[in-house]
Amino acid sequence: MEGVQLSLISKERLEKMASMEKLRMILDSVKEGKIVVLESGLTPEEEAKLIEMTMLEIDHENFVGIEVESYPYKEGFFSKLFGKKKGRLTVIGPANRLKTLEKKEDLITALVKIGD
Amino acid sequence: MGLLLSIKKKFSFILRLFFKKDKMRIGIYGPPNAGKTTLANRILRDWTGDVIGVESEIPHETRRAKLREGVKIEVDGKTLTIDIVDTPGIATKIDFHDFLKYGMSEEEAKRRAKEATEGVIEAIKWLDDLDGILLVMDSTEDPYTQVNVTIVGNIEARGLPLLIVANKIDLPNASPARIKSAFPQHTVVPISALKGINIENLYRAMAEKFG
Ligand SMILES: Nc1nc2c(ncn2[C@@H]2O[C@H](COP(=O)(O)OP(=O)(O)O)[C@@H](O)[C@H]2O)c(=O)[nH]1
Ligand SMILES: [Mg+2]
Repeated sequence: MEGVQLSLISKERLEKMASMEKLRMILDSVKEGKIVVLESGLTPEEEAKLIEMTMLEIDHENFVGIEVESYPYKEGFFSKLFGKKKGRLTVIGPANRLKTLEKKEDLITALVKIGD
Repeated sequence: MGLLLSIKKKFSFILRLFFKKDKMRIGIYGPPNAGKTTLANRILRDWTGDVIGVESEIPHETRRAKLREGVKIEVDGKTLTIDIVDTPGIATKIDFHDFLKYGMSEEEAKRRAKEATEGVIEAIKWLDDLDGILLVMDSTEDPYTQVNVTIVGNIEARGLPLLIVANKIDLPNASPARIKSAFPQHTVVPISALKGINIENLYRAMAEKFG
């Protein structure tokens, strides 16, 4: 069967991974054309790091970057002072395959291109 | 992120609560084509008489961060002295094909794309050396993008003072209200950097936020 591979990664698995391990796994999967869904997302710092790593690996041939969609971080007074902000449900895919159609505070609609 | 770095950031956040620096380094951030360079040039033209860089309808015109030191802004009898950093637009993807429609050769387009990727990294690195941010968004576009959300998240995580600039309000379909509702926790200042509309309000907000 032809199609696009989806990897849905659980919060439990993500929590066991170090930042770089997570980012490497995401980027490797996306470069293979897969779409990655993270039950709990990335921190803002991890997202910035992911963008940096993506920029280093764009080859101007096959890989032109990523499309990332997630819901904004929730934060309260204490997370601002002491804790790290936790990311929320996040989907990441290759930019030439995943396209966001609409993004609202509580609903993300995206299009996945199959084959090419 | 390293533990040491995160401690350093928390510490500098707390320090900032007690001490105001005498000179603030302000970064102008945003997605490509929001009008960052147009705004930087407007501020410099108003207060120093010169400009910082080239404005262009072609995305990723600014591919190196540019710094201008010691810009004195006077509002209501108060003086704010800032260094201004105009940064390259932040994006999660850069496809050289997008530049071909502006009449560039493939080689030129690929070189621009390569430089643009380096520019994005440079813009992100600059975040660690700034004291405040002007985040520029195009009011005619959907503000609720991942790039905007990620930039805001990183500014909040570093505890940096932030003003969101809702630019291009001279255009008929501009909606600064949409930006306000997407980022209700932050101050949004609607302006037109190109036409200079409401620019006094921005200077006043800057004096308040960064002064
Ligand atoms: N209508 C309108 N156009 C603007 C405004 N500010 C910038 N622009 C235009 O938007 C394009 C991108 O501007 P630029 O400053 O190079 O964007 P940057 O990539 O964010 O630095 C240029 O064609 C500018 O003339 C504005 O306030 N109103
Ligand atoms: Mg620019």
